[in-house]
Amino acid sequence: MIAIIQYNAGNIKSVENAIMRLGYDCMITDNKQAIQKADKVIFPGVGEASSAMQYLKERDLDKLIVSLKQPVLGICLGLQLMCKHSEENNTDCLGIFDLQVRKFPPKDKVPHLGWNNFSNLNNSIFQDIKTADDVYYIHSYYAETGQYTTATCDYIVSFSAALQKGNFYATQFHPEKSASIGEQILNNFLKIQL
Amino acid sequence: MLKKRIIPCLDIKDGRTVKGVNFVDIRDAGDPIELAKRYVKEGADELMFLDITATIEKRKTLIKLVEKVAAEINIPFAVGGGIRKVEDAVLVIKAGADKISINSAAVKRPQLITEIANQFGRQCVVLAIDTKFDKGNWWVYTHGGSRKTGMKALDWAKQGEQLGAGEILLTSMNKDGTKSGFSLDITAQISEALNIPVIASGGAGEKCHFLEVFQQTQAGAGLAASIFHFNEISIPELKNYLKEHKISIR
Repeated sequence: MIAIIQYNAGNIKSVENAIMRLGYDCMITDNKQAIQKADKVIFPGVGEASSAMQYLKERDLDKLIVSLKQPVLGICLGLQLMCKHSEENNTDCLGIFDLQVRKFPPKDKVPHLGWNNFSNLNNSIFQDIKTADDVYYIHSYYAETGQYTTATCDYIVSFSAALQKGNFYATQFHPEKSASIGEQILNNFLKIQL
Repeated sequence: MLKKRIIPCLDIKDGRTVKGVNFVDIRDAGDPIELAKRYVKEGADELMFLDITATIEKRKTLIKLVEKVAAEINIPFAVGGGIRKVEDAVLVIKAGADKISINSAAVKRPQLITEIANQFGRQCVVLAIDTKFDKGNWWVYTHGGSRKTGMKALDWAKQGEQLGAGEILLTSMNKDGTKSGFSLDITAQISEALNIPVIASGGAGEKCHFLEVFQQTQAGAGLAASIFHFNEISIPELKNYLKEHKISIR
């Protein structure tokens, strides 16, 4: 069973749809036991950092997420919340990745919206993926690059397109919205055996 | 590098695409799901569903359609038409849409843009502007282009950005349906003045029209309906053509 963490974020249903299309069972839940018992956990998100963190804290989901031992995949806002701090409403986040989340300087269109590729792919979730492949991004804030960066994307700055530390994986782009490339990445994650 | 997007638009009435299509391998030409799947396969970067159904009762049909689309396709899609309050947006987003597009309701009550942006993030909010050039200016029209407002398109677009819109869908009424090319001047003006992406719409009839709009304006996407439905331009051909002309394309 794949658990998708439910919180006050937008379009979580797309993640569920994508996982079901790949043939896996999944549930959207904020039930701690269900999340703890799941084979894999997805921490999705489109939304705003401070209200999302508040929701997680009110339900003790913040402590639960950092304690998980199975593979966890943060997507978009999920990735940003797994970092240490976000400039979005000056929010302290989960701190899994010791990185700052910053607002794009207005040197080009923001949000960074649309299909873009990545470089320095260096992770099992990118098996069979090439740097020329495009994935779908939609975000106004970005995580800096650091030792846990497993893919970078260049838009205004070079930022972390993907991160990994132990059982924690994260992508800034939306694999669930990135056509067959995204499905491949999601499938690679779902096949991870720790 | 960020790619320019090609967006087919499907006009929906009572859960069906209004304009017929002549794709040979689509059994039901009016079925928006079949058409959407075809476009995804052909490499569309995003889809736009515009509901032109008037009544509240029929809106339930739209929600069911959004759920089906979300279950079947793996690229982003926006839904517009008849979204008048936050609750309407909530239903569409919960059904699986990635973005909502608002037009007349935002003109009537600009605060709606902020309300939806606050709830779902500004990336969810597409402000659709229908504009027509008349007496030396580009004016904003509402209600499917039937009512002229006293607002200029550039001013409204700037205000929309400030209020929280994440994207502008700019339709030139002078060009819509003419197949004579996008309105490059107003598209250039607005896309240069704003810091959010602009989708150019209205007037695409040939591949070179997309090339022009991407070369001569800062539009991030080009939208069209019937030329794709009737296969007058095939998406793979269009994308190859743009790539050959050094436009950054997926």
